[in-house]
Amino acid sequence: MSSLTEQHVDLARFVTCGSVDDGKSTLIGRLLYDSKQVMADQLEHVEDVSERRGDGYVNLALLTDGLRAEREQGITIDVAYRPFATPRRRFIIADCPGHVQYTRNMVTGASTADIAVILIDARNGVVEQTRRHSFICGLLRIPRLVVAVNKMDLVEFSKERFDAICADFAQIVQEFDVEVDLVPISALDGDNVVDPSTRMDWYSGPTLLGLLETVPLDRAHGEHDSGRLAVQWVIRPQSDEYHDYRGYAGQIASGTFTSGDQVVVLPAGHVSTVASVETMDGPIASAQAPSSITLRLADNIDVSRGDLIAHVTDAPTVTREIEADVCWMHERPLAVRGRYVLRHTTREVVAIVDSIEHRVDIHTRGQEPAESLALNDIGRITLRTSQPLAVDPYAADRETGSFILIDEATNETLGGGMVVRATPVG
Amino acid sequence: MSIHEHLDRLEAEAIYITREVAAQFGRPVLLFSGGKDSAVLLKIAEKAFRPAKFPFPLMHVDTGHNFPEVVAYRDRYVADIEERLIVASVQESIDAGRVVEQTGPRSSRNQLQTTTLLDAIAEHGFDAAIGGARRDEERARAKERVFSFRDDFGQWDPRAQRPELWSLYNGRVRKGEHVRAFPLSNWTELDVWEYISRENIPLPSIYFAHEREVFRRDGMLYAASDVIERLPGEEPFVESVRFRTVGDMSCTGAVASTATTLEDVVAEIAATRITERGETRADDRASEAAMEDRKRVGYF
Repeated sequence: MSSLTEQHVDLARFVTCGSVDDGKSTLIGRLLYDSKQVMADQLEHVEDVSERRGDGYVNLALLTDGLRAEREQGITIDVAYRPFATPRRRFIIADCPGHVQYTRNMVTGASTADIAVILIDARNGVVEQTRRHSFICGLLRIPRLVVAVNKMDLVEFSKERFDAICADFAQIVQEFDVEVDLVPISALDGDNVVDPSTRMDWYSGPTLLGLLETVPLDRAHGEHDSGRLAVQWVIRPQSDEYHDYRGYAGQIASGTFTSGDQVVVLPAGHVSTVASVETMDGPIASAQAPSSITLRLADNIDVSRGDLIAHVTDAPTVTREIEADVCWMHERPLAVRGRYVLRHTTREVVAIVDSIEHRVDIHTRGQEPAESLALNDIGRITLRTSQPLAVDPYAADRETGSFILIDEATNETLGGGMVVRATPVG
Repeated sequence: MSIHEHLDRLEAEAIYITREVAAQFGRPVLLFSGGKDSAVLLKIAEKAFRPAKFPFPLMHVDTGHNFPEVVAYRDRYVADIEERLIVASVQESIDAGRVVEQTGPRSSRNQLQTTTLLDAIAEHGFDAAIGGARRDEERARAKERVFSFRDDFGQWDPRAQRPELWSLYNGRVRKGEHVRAFPLSNWTELDVWEYISRENIPLPSIYFAHEREVFRRDGMLYAASDVIERLPGEEPFVESVRFRTVGDMSCTGAVASTATTLEDVVAEIAATRITERGETRADDRASEAAMEDRKRVGYF
């Protein structure tokens, strides 16, 4: 292959948190533009539209506004995913709008993020919105936060101002297990976004892109090393050549599988041994998360879609009673005794809400009693399931600790849940 | 993980999505155009289901104006991997009076494909169609879900999309509704080429530089053929070209190129300063929101 790909390139997903007023679209536009990801025809389009709108400058925010209504109304409707690449990393930005449907969109974008970029307007410092952003990042367990203190040009590039914001921010995230980096920028002018600023000599740290390229990716694939694979599909060729072949296909959620490993198939609890780890080219020695592979087991036991194959040590909890934090995403509220389809890994069961423990006031982070959870509410609930599930706490494993709730009648996705604790069956 | 860690991750995700479609739907289909993205989809499907056969057929919406090299490649590749192919024909939709062909030098069968596609989905009772669309292609696609819900008119409503959390895809549909599933959502054009190179995936010859009789229109090079009526002054000439995308001959432009090998093409893509759709697709240049408008009524 060419020299372009000889260097190790990994893939990082980050979510941007902030509103239009913070200059979020401008920041993303600047990041794409200065890292030379904007193609000539895209820039030409933005120049045309800026001129037609009478913006008076090349409005880089227009690079990210995709839909007709967004351009007409100057708003951002929904989460957008934008790939971009530097020689060091491939990125996927989940760009979440700040105003309408704010919690729903941010939770969605945060659910797959390795890094969150939180924007703070240097003039306003840490505000209520910053608290909400950092709360959601903490709840969704994004392991790295990068705080971009924007509009430094409007506070005369003041070191004192930046230091004060750093101190305030440290206060609000002290309860979360998270690594934080802060960088002073001006998205409009490009200071410290991709190229180092010449107007803030007092800051010697990396630029925003420099941080995004180098922060370690603590993949939230689990605090445990124990293997987890949810069976998606059973491969049964039923041909003469592969007469008795049964392969359990899925994506490894965490850990590494090697032939000879002792495993348990949950929720049934049958114990077996990994006979082989396979890809389409045949057996391989071992495979680690997040590979999509096929496992074959030494014993002829009943395994089907929805089962979880796990290492026998440190196996997940088999449960029918779960306590979880949920984020509600639909106009029809979540109610006690509500009945929903619950999708967890590759398994679907029916769930009934037993209680709402509390709702979180996202402004104060206080807990308050609640009869229901409305659109964009976050709260803690307990629920019972019709069939057992094999779960981990979300804090230990994002894949096996998360679920969604679906309306039985309309099939709409209503909310997302994160397991706090689970009561073992029996 | 290898030095291509990003490709390994994108591949693992694409295999996962493809298997989810097979498992969650009763009658899925994989849309195969003979283009590079659908060639990657076939490789992903092989990795997802071998040593078994695919649990779904392949379907090509044939405009009748496809490049002959692509149709030949399609038939050869499908035969090689021993899978089933359904061909849905735009010509038949025209003959049956379902659609009316545009006329004139700027006519294209591109838009007519939507009717043929939706008719084929209804006729075969498909409830999911796997496609090779990527989010880097176009602004509206950046907002589209991996499992993109279509109502019983085949329409996409960008303001009423299901939230997509973690890797939990909700593929539940009622009769008549369906989902378009996009395993390559997070790939870029360069990722696709690097993957094709790494996996040695065969492609139609027109992706590589070759001498062809072309003519210039709106700053783009089009293949001179009997499916496009040339305007006065559009004199054909021979040029070394290749195609960055493979669509209908009437709306797909070529780029001047001497890249005859995969390595040359990857280098050329890495250095390019124009998006593939901006450079070679007349259908997307029609208006500022051309793709959004076509997607809303059921386009790929």
